Amino acid sequence: MTKPIVEYKDVHKSFGDVEVLKGIDLDIFPAEKIAVIGPSGSGKTTIIRMLMTLEEPTDGDIIVDGKNLWKMEKNGKMVEADEKHLREIRGDIGMVFQHFNLFPHMTILENCMTAPIHVKGENKKEVKQRSIDMLERVGLGDKINNYPSQLSGGQKQRVAMARALVMRPKIMLFDEVTSALDPELVGEVLEVIRDIAKNDDMAMVLVTHEMDFALDVADKVLFLDDGVIAEQGSASDVIEHSENPRVQEFLSRFRG
Amino acid sequence: MEDILSISQELSRGLFVTVSILIASSLLAYFMGFISGLLRLSKYTLVRKLTGFYIEVFRGTSLIVQLFWLYYAIPMLFGIPLGSNWIIGVIAIGLNYGAYLSEVVRGSVEAVDNGQTEAAIALNMSSYQKMRYIILPQAIRMMLPEFGNYTIQMLKGTALVSLISLNDILYYGNILRSSNLSQAPLIYLVILIFYFVLALPLIFLTRKAEDISKKGVAN
Ligand SMILES: Nc1ncnc2c1ncn2[C@@H]1O[C@H](COP(=O)(O)OP(=O)(O)OP(=O)(O)O)[C@@H](O)[C@H]1O
Ligand SMILES: [Mg+2]
Repeated sequence: MTKPIVEYKDVHKSFGDVEVLKGIDLDIFPAEKIAVIGPSGSGKTTIIRMLMTLEEPTDGDIIVDGKNLWKMEKNGKMVEADEKHLREIRGDIGMVFQHFNLFPHMTILENCMTAPIHVKGENKKEVKQRSIDMLERVGLGDKINNYPSQLSGGQKQRVAMARALVMRPKIMLFDEVTSALDPELVGEVLEVIRDIAKNDDMAMVLVTHEMDFALDVADKVLFLDDGVIAEQGSASDVIEHSENPRVQEFLSRFRG
Repeated sequence: MEDILSISQELSRGLFVTVSILIASSLLAYFMGFISGLLRLSKYTLVRKLTGFYIEVFRGTSLIVQLFWLYYAIPMLFGIPLGSNWIIGVIAIGLNYGAYLSEVVRGSVEAVDNGQTEAAIALNMSSYQKMRYIILPQAIRMMLPEFGNYTIQMLKGTALVSLISLNDILYYGNILRSSNLSQAPLIYLVILIFYFVLALPLIFLTRKAEDISKKGVAN
């Protein structure tokens, strides 16, 4: 059996006195597509932000490719990770945000090119070609010299995906990437994610409120409730056949 | 009319001092503003405290007192001559406005949306790369109008150097007046016009800066 690429081991997270994650255990396997669902405030965003190194766990370990993300060895002792250690590991991880977070002072081509060139030191010509290919793949080949402010929300989010993908991550994180969009723009973004999910072999973790979409692309669904993984299984097990009353109550809100 | 011409001729002898002090002290102020503005954001408390001390001292006391302090007190107390009056004028104005500009720099860096930092981290940038490629280019756009405004203020501030007997525009104006009291209103009117004309390009550049800063920033 293949080894997981990410392991959460009894991970806790508190903000001040409030514990928002109360012991998360989770394995993510290479190429696996995981959807995370659950009520607002249950901790979905926090789970993936810890993996992106945007939030530090209060307790427990996150292991990426066999390496402890938030702790490192120093003089025979385990100490808090420094930036160098975090950077060695998080290079394999990419993230797409709810509010896009494109760089407004760069064209969308530059948005895609800046990290491969400056962070990975790759050849500029090669990066440019790869970025153009990627922007074409997300349907924005004719916009490469536009600035983010000239794009619609759906287009911005597709740029954000291209920007993350040109870094060639092994794990991609999506935090409700359609929930800031006008309803008529949601489809085009989901379409791109679907394309990536079906054709690329990276692992993906998608926090989403789109149940049909989760059913379609996810190998596994986690239902998060009050800081714990209250239910997990195949998409159809959790979304269509769960007996858990909390899951049913949560899903009933989507059935109208 | 002839009077205006001859007054202008006399005043323009001070033009070089005024403009050269403005340029040199602006460069010093920009430099100090950037360095101390960024140091204020350091993760080391001591660095932040020391920079904060410089900023508060220079913002909390008046430029003219600082000028006199540098001119009279320092050479007497420590026996170090600080060099020519020109250099003293530049240092006083530069340090004083540098303190104000550092707050502009710090404020602009902090005003860049936190999502930009998070996107930079998600692309695995180091703190330096994040600052250099993502935060500063946006912060600088926001700073430009304030830098323009403070440069105009600095132009006005240069008039104080006539008090440490530097031969700037105001200095020559005062000389003229003392030899020709009845012309005082006219002399000061021409001085006003001189400073206003010098400020015009700065005002224009500040307007331009405002346009630039409206574009290309996420906040
Ligand atoms: N930086 C923070 N400081 C304080 N509390 C926070 C912070 N970030 C999140 N929280 C709290 O932690 C809890 C979990 O937040 P999280 O964003 O992970 O929930 P979520 O499941 O993503 O919710 P949503 O569906 O609304 O996005 C919430 O109660 C939230 O208020
Ligand atoms: Mg969330």
